[in-house]
Amino acid sequence: MAGSNHISRRDFIKLATAAVGAIMVAGVGIPVINYLIDPVLGAGEDEAWIPLGPVENFEINKPTMVNFTRTKVNGWERTANSYGVFVVRRSENDLVVFSNKCTHLGCRVNWNESVGGYICPCHDAEFGPDGAIVRGPQPRPLDRYEGDAIKVEDGVVMIFFKEG
Amino acid sequence: MWKKLFAWLDDRLGLNDLYKATLDRPEPKGNWWNTLGSASLVLFLLQGATGIFLTVYYTPSPDHAYDSIQYIMNEVAFGWLIRGIHHWGSTLMVLVVFIHMLRVFITASYKYPRELTWLIGCALLILTLGMGFTGYLLPWNQRAFWATTVATEIAGAVPFIGGFITEVLRGGTELSALTLSRFFSAHIWMLPLLLAGCIGVHVYLIIKHGESAFPDKED
Repeated sequence: MAGSNHISRRDFIKLATAAVGAIMVAGVGIPVINYLIDPVLGAGEDEAWIPLGPVENFEINKPTMVNFTRTKVNGWERTANSYGVFVVRRSENDLVVFSNKCTHLGCRVNWNESVGGYICPCHDAEFGPDGAIVRGPQPRPLDRYEGDAIKVEDGVVMIFFKEG
Repeated sequence: MWKKLFAWLDDRLGLNDLYKATLDRPEPKGNWWNTLGSASLVLFLLQGATGIFLTVYYTPSPDHAYDSIQYIMNEVAFGWLIRGIHHWGSTLMVLVVFIHMLRVFITASYKYPRELTWLIGCALLILTLGMGFTGYLLPWNQRAFWATTVATEIAGAVPFIGGFITEVLRGGTELSALTLSRFFSAHIWMLPLLLAGCIGVHVYLIIKHGESAFPDKED
């Protein structure tokens, strides 16, 4: 058979075994991987305008914590997730809203009046009143709602929340 | 390259000896009835694999068990397939293990020197039935609830300590969250570990003694 185009019996068996094996691995592997990653594939986006309260509730230059919850169906259960933001009214009509989620590893920062900054309880990251990095392991300033993501409607401060 | 790598591993792991002892051992003349033990082993591994995947979503609590299975069946990709294999595989495993036992009985393969293989095989049958029994409750639907009510009530027929056994099985006087969680624990930890251990000894004995030849007219 040397020199002919025919494939030898031995090579044919090898090839056929490899091909059938590959089909079987895919037949098992694809369902299993899909099964495991399914909750992430179906996750939709959640976005909404969240009212944080009337402007006059916020004292000038005093960071005020506002909590809100978003509910989401996870699997067979409806879960309420809690979020927090700091509203800072820098002057009569100048507002900025910071997320309280530390940019290091996601713990929630607290406003510390005596330090005059936001402190993360997990790894001692400190952010200034403007959200900037003062010291600590965090890679970037606090996330803020600004521009298109914040508005005042009928005297109520609103932020545009977006996730997923 | 591969040959070198294999030789290196073989020197340290004894792969060739393992292969000779397990897969290349001498067999009596081929007979399909002799494959039922291997079939039981494959079904055990299949049930183990699909069962592990089911625990990714299943939740053994009265509040969530039924809903989590509905979620697996209707929403998770291929969840119906994995649960379907586990569901039908359990019935098939009981059937195959039982026919395997019948074959060993009919060919008298339980005789010297294989008495212990037979006895451990009996334990394996009981453990397999135990897996079916504990797994049946886990969907926490009406059928599961009442089947387990009846089956645990049957344990009450044991003289003197029957009532106590029923309560221990249920974790109380009635079926409750405690029943579900202890059945779950038995189903995914205790019984499978016992099964795996007994299968190990069973297979070791088969390799040690070799398979029995079919009886001929002389026997």
